[in-house]
Amino acid sequence: MIRVVLPAHLRKLAQVGGEVQLDVQGPPTQRSVLDALEASYPMLRGTIRDHVSQERRAFIRFFACEQDLSHDPPDTPLPEAVAKGTEPFLVVGAVAGG
Amino acid sequence: MSGVRVLVGTRKGAFVLTADGKRKGWKVDGPHFGGWEVYHIKGSPADPNRIYASQTTGWHGQVIQRSNDGGQNWEPLDNKFLYEGEPGTHKWYDGTPRPFEFKRVWHLEPWPNDPDAVYAGVEDAAIFRSTDGGHSWNELPGLRGHKSAPDWQPGAGGMCLHTIIIDPSNPQRIFVAISAAGAFRSDDAGKTWRPINRGLKSEGIPDPDAEVGHCVHRIAMHTSRPNVLFMQKHWDVMRSDDAGESWQEVSGNLPSDFGFPIDVHPHEPNTIYVVPIKSDSEHYPPDGKLRVYRSRNGGNEWEALTSGLPQSDCYLNVLRDAMAVDGLDPAGVYFGTSGGQVYASADAGDSWAPIVRDLPAVLSVEVQTLQ
Repeated sequence: MIRVVLPAHLRKLAQVGGEVQLDVQGPPTQRSVLDALEASYPMLRGTIRDHVSQERRAFIRFFACEQDLSHDPPDTPLPEAVAKGTEPFLVVGAVAGG
Repeated sequence: MSGVRVLVGTRKGAFVLTADGKRKGWKVDGPHFGGWEVYHIKGSPADPNRIYASQTTGWHGQVIQRSNDGGQNWEPLDNKFLYEGEPGTHKWYDGTPRPFEFKRVWHLEPWPNDPDAVYAGVEDAAIFRSTDGGHSWNELPGLRGHKSAPDWQPGAGGMCLHTIIIDPSNPQRIFVAISAAGAFRSDDAGKTWRPINRGLKSEGIPDPDAEVGHCVHRIAMHTSRPNVLFMQKHWDVMRSDDAGESWQEVSGNLPSDFGFPIDVHPHEPNTIYVVPIKSDSEHYPPDGKLRVYRSRNGGNEWEALTSGLPQSDCYLNVLRDAMAVDGLDPAGVYFGTSGGQVYASADAGDSWAPIVRDLPAVLSVEVQTLQ
């Protein structure tokens, strides 16, 4: 079971309270986790990745295990702790404001 | 018992304001979509309980929401706005070509007699249509494919298609306006378009007959006279009596002819309203006085409406989609400000009172008349 933490705006849009738990086949990657997330919560399509290019939106970052994974290729396996469900995959809205 | 429902889009969410036909005691509901910009929220004339909203943030892009119960509950819909075919280019501020890129929905215009049909005006300028209640969107590519599109340039707020008017007597005819390309008309339900900007004069455009390049801020029409259009341009208030074939200036005695919204009285097609703003570099009312101006003869002769509005130290703005009229008698007129006030008049503008004073900056105001 993969654990995903969404930013507040997307938790509200998807009407979820805390973490989202997803079944992902095979070694989890950014792509497979986000594919599973969007399959379970279609209203999130386009809000994390571009609809067509599937590239990460500019003000979104991906973190896990105290690492910034935002610039990793989307098919890079996620850390083992994420795969085992001991650590969450974090979707983070970039800090903005003064 | 009749009533009204005022739909307010703000920088930080949407609000639904309701009152009975007296329009004195108001119930304020919201924020919906708190923290998101709501550029526009509008109800279907065919089913007042059907409401569409455009919700955006810089982080997450575009979301379209729909309510089937008058704004109490909402359902996110399809948010995929893909240009048909090659996006092509328009001109950037410096005159260099730049690819069309979808940014947000500025305006939602439900079809008059079908709650599942709705048009969306977007930035970068294009028009989309849904015929399944917002579950899918398709571009009407003839507009963006117009031969003039490579010469379109954005206004200060972006290159937005902000006005969509459907001719109630001829649904094949649609008017749109784009900042800063100008006004366009389709006579075949959006398949093909042509600019309708003859008579517009814009500072900075050396060609007096320029087909495009005019910063049209808003167009309004009375449903009983679909060939008569009123326009608030960047500077100048204009009127057309031939469905946009030609325009004449009707700024008359306005203290400033710069402004954003313009609207028409629901029962008097020659009575129009504007909110003069001092200039394009200042974006607040002249003399610190918030005044709506009303013309009862279709322009040129204007009277200031000030009762109940701040007449000193007022330095806010009223944006293009932030004025609306209801269908009651006497007519109600509403507008929202960048300071978060929504003002209402239940006597066609003679007197005003705030419904709310402290909302986030108001982006749009629409009103539904409920029976």
